[in-house]
Amino acid sequence: MADRYSFSLTTFNPSGKLVQIEYALAAVNQGVTSLGIKVPKKTSHQRHRPRHRKEILLPPHRPPSLAKVSLITPNIGMVYSGMGPDYRVLVDKARKVSHTHYKRIYNEYPPTRILVQDVARVMQEATQSGGVRPYGGGPSLYQVDPSGSYFPWKATAIGKSATSAKTFLEKRYKDDLELEDAVHIALLTLKETIEGEMNGETVEIGIVGAPANNLLGYEGVEGAVGQRFRKLSKEEIEDYLTNL
Amino acid sequence: MASPFSINGGACVAMVGKDCVAIACDLRLGLQSMTVSNNFPKIFSYGNVYLGLTGLATDVSTVSDLFRYKVNMYRLREERSISPQTMANLVSTSLYEKRFGPYFVSPVVAGINHTTGKPFICGFDSIGCIDFAKDFIVSGTASDQLFGTCEGLWEPDLEPEDLFETVSQALLNAVDRDALSGWGAHVYIIEKDKVTKRLLKGRQD
Repeated sequence: MADRYSFSLTTFNPSGKLVQIEYALAAVNQGVTSLGIKVPKKTSHQRHRPRHRKEILLPPHRPPSLAKVSLITPNIGMVYSGMGPDYRVLVDKARKVSHTHYKRIYNEYPPTRILVQDVARVMQEATQSGGVRPYGGGPSLYQVDPSGSYFPWKATAIGKSATSAKTFLEKRYKDDLELEDAVHIALLTLKETIEGEMNGETVEIGIVGAPANNLLGYEGVEGAVGQRFRKLSKEEIEDYLTNL
Repeated sequence: MASPFSINGGACVAMVGKDCVAIACDLRLGLQSMTVSNNFPKIFSYGNVYLGLTGLATDVSTVSDLFRYKVNMYRLREERSISPQTMANLVSTSLYEKRFGPYFVSPVVAGINHTTGKPFICGFDSIGCIDFAKDFIVSGTASDQLFGTCEGLWEPDLEPEDLFETVSQALLNAVDRDALSGWGAHVYIIEKDKVTKRLLKGRQD
């Protein structure tokens, strides 16, 4: 009986697997689709700032009351497929760890890779979290799986229709995408791969773009830079869907 | 009882020039008025960032080793070298962790930020309060004298060769008026892609 080996999360079964991780992955693959796209972009209209990339990530479907796209630091967002309660705990931990392990030491927010490693460590320490989590942030897009392994992507999808969504993304992805195109492609991918209606209520979109200085809440302070991560409003999502 | 900051003696100074920074220290190690060694440098390099440490010699060693460990771990984790600004915040938080039993050191950080290309110097008290300065930072038992010589000699936008002359004269003349500092000096001139280290003999009395 395979059940014999499910009493402990950290006991290998005779074929060398941690079955709880397999179960968690199975749970993820039943979850609603989430995807992310990395967008390399050269800023033309702004000073001599080197190139910075933007990216987007989004999940759809299932009337929300629980957000699935979350801000972690001003420049990093996170999304998941899998178990909502586990995700919320992980968001809390990611936000906390970005301060305790980084900002309170170096007085700056962690680069995406460092945060991903911290989150992956949390997940590895207790390999009980359910959910594959692709991230967007800074110049990069990462997916962390329940075992604590993490992968950088140019574009990826997780959840129920992940395989077909990834195939679709592979056809559409180009290295010179603009942020707008990425949102468009992301919505197209979802439309192709999921069932159910898509509207401002059932789809969430987060973007990591140019600094949004209008979100600072004040102006006239030299050197102040707004956050890059932002969730799109229902109205903005509806606009994108109308133009699909 | 003698202050822990002035048992062993020592002096350190950092200065900003045009696209360059200088950091210099004396070489004396003493036990009150008795000199024990004339080869005890107080400047430590961590990639392209330099840290000067004056104060209690045992803490100078401990703190320099601590930051060697912390900066090496940073480089392994982040796959990049630490910037002077980040180093300054790391020094600050590390010292404040020991707020109620501090290391008896007065650190100085100097370096060039390789992202912005701008020179950076700053100093700290023993519990990590950062002193950002556009011109110069002094520390050690000759700090009063160094304030005087630096105020007198420093001017903006010195070229590397002139900065070397200025920082060397400021240090040498300051430590000659302090019984607990001197016995030679190390001077680093840090430019964008070049660091020059010079050893100064100084008065041996």
